[in-house]
Amino acid sequence: MEPPVVLPTRQTVGRPAAPAPALQLTGLTKTFGPVQAVRGIDLTVHPGEVVAFLGPNGAGKTTTIDMMLGLSRPTAGTVEVLGLQPRQAIARGLISAVMQTGGLLKDLTVRETVAYTASLFADTQPVDEVLAHAGITALADRKVGKCSGGEQQRLRFAMALLPDPALLLLDEPTTGMDVEGRRAFWSALRADTDRGRTVLFATHYLEEADQYADRIVLMRRGRIVADGTGAEIKALAAGRTVRFTLEDPDVDALSRLTGVESVEVRGDTVLVHAQDTDAVARHLLTRTAARDLEITARSIEDAFLSLTGDDTEEDLS
Amino acid sequence: MSTASTPVAVDAAARRVPPLGGFNLTVLRIELSRMLRNRRTMFFALVFPAALFFAIGSSTSWRERAGYGNVAAYVMVSMALYGGALIAASGGASVATERALGWSRQLRLTPLNPAVYIAMKAVVALVLGAVAITVVNLVALLQGRAEMPTGRWIACALLALVCTTVFAALGVFVGYLVPGENAMQVLGPGLALLSFLGNVFIPITQGTVLWNVAAWTPMFGVAEVSRAPLTGELPWYAVVNAVVWLAIFVAGAAWRMSRDTARV
Repeated sequence: MEPPVVLPTRQTVGRPAAPAPALQLTGLTKTFGPVQAVRGIDLTVHPGEVVAFLGPNGAGKTTTIDMMLGLSRPTAGTVEVLGLQPRQAIARGLISAVMQTGGLLKDLTVRETVAYTASLFADTQPVDEVLAHAGITALADRKVGKCSGGEQQRLRFAMALLPDPALLLLDEPTTGMDVEGRRAFWSALRADTDRGRTVLFATHYLEEADQYADRIVLMRRGRIVADGTGAEIKALAAGRTVRFTLEDPDVDALSRLTGVESVEVRGDTVLVHAQDTDAVARHLLTRTAARDLEITARSIEDAFLSLTGDDTEEDLS
Repeated sequence: MSTASTPVAVDAAARRVPPLGGFNLTVLRIELSRMLRNRRTMFFALVFPAALFFAIGSSTSWRERAGYGNVAAYVMVSMALYGGALIAASGGASVATERALGWSRQLRLTPLNPAVYIAMKAVVALVLGAVAITVVNLVALLQGRAEMPTGRWIACALLALVCTTVFAALGVFVGYLVPGENAMQVLGPGLALLSFLGNVFIPITQGTVLWNVAAWTPMFGVAEVSRAPLTGELPWYAVVNAVVWLAIFVAGAAWRMSRDTARV
């Protein structure tokens, strides 16, 4: 039923061709009526990368993942997985996903659920092996409805690994898990990705992204606002805040100082966020009547908020 | 990568697509045992029609002639149709329940073609419908009161099975309209009511006001069609009734489903 596809051929002579990206998003856009959920995303993920999709709720992470899986159609733009359309990649077991909640039949046993899913793919690992790998052999004959949240999540993980996918997508995979369960989940995943699987997971925990991803893609209001390693993202947060008192501050002049990210006026109190706060302080003390200077470092959570949080000027656009 | 291991390149060209859109016997086996484990459905589809046959088919008039057989045979065919319809509707409704549970979304992450999923559900519903019809026929056979020529007996059972497809489609449609696991709560009493109206439980005198209303309801046509080999008559309006209701339910199910896949 699938249309025939032309798969990328391998070059055998001369310089080897660059492998197709594991995932390629081009100008990806999705609107629901007047709501712009995803506003033109370009992203290339290379084979073997572990990428965190980081952003607050409503940033468009799930909508983007749905389009990567072919569950919803982009309003504009394209998704390619190893050079294929999402549905073609799914038909070949090249992408799989672990969803947040649901997606299981309570009246099936764990083994039946895995066997059911396995039967739908052309090639899969043996059911018993998959159960053992996910550590749920002991639960095999238990009804899914009687399994705990963590056990159900391990089952979903086992189902996702059945076809040995090249790209694994996880949408908030540890929602509802306790600290122990979370740690066990990530160590299992890490052990798996060490074998070269490409993983993209959505999360709204900066810590989780920093700890488990090679690369963090920061999303905010349907756009990618930052893309880099955990260290690079943290460097964005390296700025500090200068707080001082000054009547009638010249906001424009302050904004023009090198490295100044934002200027906030609260009555007579002014807050300047900047990379080089020494320069700001020098300017304030030599050129203005500023007093009560205070310089504080921004926490990583503050940085995350400043990168992903709402600001009103964007709301009006 | 944090370790020195070299990433294993996945050869996309070596990956195969499953044949027949994912149609396979493992799913059929699991789906069948799932339905058989559901005690409530089994009671209403297997035990209840057989019990009704005993209750109604044992009324004083059971010996009276009806077409090529007797009244007991007439009641038997009606009850078999009712049992089969109920199980087919229940199978259809499970499609919608699985959507509410997110299972259909999970299946969209596999190569399974949505049309093949429906086809497999239909096969399961037909097999179980056949079981329900066989149970009532066996009970009647063992009881020994029902009488009709063997060939007509078999024809009635097969026609009843074909007619259950109308209710499989109704099950899917209602399953989509009624959220979650409540579909059977609507379908159970609903089918009982339709059976009363459709001349399945109690004979309605032809020409009365009630009969004129009944002739428009969805059980009426298929009941006449199923009993045609026994009664020896097949009114044109019964055939039209069966075909039109099948078309309405299939169209309704297809309409809801296409809306659904647009969302998941």
